[in-house]
Amino acid sequence: MTTSRPAPILEARRVTKSFGPIEVLHGVDFALRPGEVHALVGENGAGKSTLMKCLAGYQPVSGGEIALKGEPVVFADSEAAENAGVVLIHQEFNLAEQLSAEENVFLGRELKRGLFLDRNAMRAKAESLLKELATPIDTRLPVSKLSVSQKQMVEIAKALVRNARVLIMDEPTAVLTGREAEVLFAQIARLKAEGVAILYTSHKLDEIARIADEVTVLRDGSLVESAPAATMNPNRMAELMVGRELSDLFPEKLGAGDRDVVLAVRDFSVPGHVETASFELHRGEILGFAGLVGAGRTELMEGIMGLRPASGMISRNGETVRIRDPKEATRQGLAYLTEDRKGRGLLLRYGLRENLTLLGLDRFSGIFVDEKAEEEALDAAICRFDIRAGSRTMPVGNLSGGNQQKLLLAKTMLVEPEIVILDEPTRGIDIGTKQQIYAFINELAREGRSVIVISSEMTEVIGLSDRVIVMRSGRIAGEVSGADITEEAIVRRAMGLEVGERTEMAGQAVHVG
Amino acid sequence: MSAETRVEPQRRRFAVDLHVVGPLLALLALVVLGMSLNDQFLSAGNVTNVLARSAFIGVIAVGATFVITIGGLDLSVGSMSAFLAGVTIIVLNALIPNTGGGWGTIVIGMVACLALGLAAGFLNGILITKGRIEAFIVTLGTLGIFRSLVVWLANGGTLSLDFNLREVYRPVYYGGVAGIAWPIVVFALVAIIGEIVMRRTAYGRHCAAIGSNEQVARYSAIHVDRVRLATYMLQGLLVGVATVMYVPRLGSASSTTGILWELEAIAAVIIGGTVLKGGFGRVWGTVVGVVILSLIDNILNLTDLVSPYLNGAIQGVIIILAVVLQRGRKGA
Repeated sequence: MTTSRPAPILEARRVTKSFGPIEVLHGVDFALRPGEVHALVGENGAGKSTLMKCLAGYQPVSGGEIALKGEPVVFADSEAAENAGVVLIHQEFNLAEQLSAEENVFLGRELKRGLFLDRNAMRAKAESLLKELATPIDTRLPVSKLSVSQKQMVEIAKALVRNARVLIMDEPTAVLTGREAEVLFAQIARLKAEGVAILYTSHKLDEIARIADEVTVLRDGSLVESAPAATMNPNRMAELMVGRELSDLFPEKLGAGDRDVVLAVRDFSVPGHVETASFELHRGEILGFAGLVGAGRTELMEGIMGLRPASGMISRNGETVRIRDPKEATRQGLAYLTEDRKGRGLLLRYGLRENLTLLGLDRFSGIFVDEKAEEEALDAAICRFDIRAGSRTMPVGNLSGGNQQKLLLAKTMLVEPEIVILDEPTRGIDIGTKQQIYAFINELAREGRSVIVISSEMTEVIGLSDRVIVMRSGRIAGEVSGADITEEAIVRRAMGLEVGERTEMAGQAVHVG
Repeated sequence: MSAETRVEPQRRRFAVDLHVVGPLLALLALVVLGMSLNDQFLSAGNVTNVLARSAFIGVIAVGATFVITIGGLDLSVGSMSAFLAGVTIIVLNALIPNTGGGWGTIVIGMVACLALGLAAGFLNGILITKGRIEAFIVTLGTLGIFRSLVVWLANGGTLSLDFNLREVYRPVYYGGVAGIAWPIVVFALVAIIGEIVMRRTAYGRHCAAIGSNEQVARYSAIHVDRVRLATYMLQGLLVGVATVMYVPRLGSASSTTGILWELEAIAAVIIGGTVLKGGFGRVWGTVVGVVILSLIDNILNLTDLVSPYLNGAIQGVIIILAVVLQRGRKGA
């Protein structure tokens, strides 16, 4: 480090953070300096968001300390951090959609003249701020009428009104087009020149190489490397982000099973999310779907399940089928385990029995629902999936994440699907339960079922899959199988650094149809 | 299952029990109050009167229990009932020259009333599901439409059933079996079937699931729109059933028929412990709620402690209290 650099304005010193018994940040040191863009990179779940939230006062640290201008500080909440000039801009904007741009800019800090709002002063200030940000919009328009990039500029203007000296941006370009991103970069350069410290996260490594002064890589909650951006390149970053050894967390792979194609999807599009995706699934195979969050993996599967409007061809065991709703998908032997177990998977206020049988309720009801049979099914599920609950009638919202996930798995398996699509099956659950779920997925394949696993955890995709399809920006970006399944191969395809073997894929799909 | 986690659910179960007996305690308190104020309170005549009068609201409120359980709302039931009554009377009067003034005519009129109720429920349901319009807006709209139609049909006055036909039809409200008035029998049947459907069938489970979290229901391969539509049609059908019993009572329909029934029905549902935001419904609770509202009215009429004109105010207080108590339970 050169001596001419300014002293850090905001620091994390040996910061640890635990949620319950699980520690997600392990003693991270991190420093933001005025007039520098510091990029924070890592896989999903590496702890980037947690670190940002600790820095911006959204979450208290469990150990270590946050220091502002060299002095230890404890932000009681995000407002306290904002008052100290530390502002976090969320990936999902925090704007009141129905209020105008100027009202949003001054929300909570309205300028007043006596008892009344000084609208003219606020308008003038908001207009000049947004003009400086190269976003000359009519500030009287409600935010809902603005484009995504304009909203982002309103967020930045809001931060500037709060005299932000530290701006923390969580994947600001994830929702921007290339041109919009250029406007953002120009503004970042301007803020930097004014001495604002900027923490920047992105999955687009090429863009980080361009705008960052310093890059810090996190992996599994630990700092792997912190170095000047000049010494890094996208490939080196990708290597650092991954590059960890697989343990015996995963059961032994079975090999791809036989070559019977049980599901073929051709030219499948989900408007706004997926474009002309084609793939095949074999009997007894575990097929991984890798890619960045937002690459369209979930949407593709939801389209196949009839949960979203979609177009394209699906064939089951060689026969073309039309799946208009989830009921038909179930009838075709498909079952989908959602990534959003609290919002879409379970009725949190209901007990275990009602949740277990909701998908397969047909199996338990003639005219009346056979509660005795339901209870027996619950006995079996508790036993098979090792579900641990204080009581069978307790609201499942009070179960631990791992037990909720096991219950959701049991619910999905109750319809005895031949094809099981698991979307982030281990998100937010502890390592022990993860291992149980991996063993279970393996067992499904051994029973001759075909399993699709969507996961944003590289180790998981690699440890489980016989074959991996990588998606990027709504398209299938490549496929790797067998010994070629490496973290680097997947990351390179997910980041668009390497073009996959699309031609072979397309050829197979046509052959099947 | 460890020992230390077992304690909590039991405490919870006790809390739910308290909530379950709440409406029953309120009912008991009202009965005791009524007895102490008037010795005729528990006479067969008064009890029959109270229950028969609550039968219309009761049958409608059973439907409303399902609608609210799926997370919906039907504000149109009172107007719908007036409209159905008006059309039924017109149909009956028009049929007399063709099918005579006997039971045959009345049965056709009843079927027409039920069918029209189904159709009205279908209209609400289809606008809500296929039209993707808020249930509040749709049924507020149809509330106005049905009310206006009955005023128009009656030319601003009153539609009256043919006098002779009314004499034939009378027993449907005033008659009974084994000493129990028909409306009470019908209300009891509807309530029992409703409770069984809610508690024991896949449809009832689906209603609760949709009201609890529509997304979870959708992801669990439930035809959410189909269940919704069916529920509004069930509500329409039950309004038809109530109207079939209501027409012989007064033999007329006018702009004031069924006024504020929707409020009473919704109030009864909420008092009975069904969650206003959906996800949990209890038909027997609704029955208790209906009887509670009816008893308050009756007690005010039997005594001169409080003016009967304040009935609405007291009902209002009770509805608000019921919701406050519901919230208390959620916090517990």
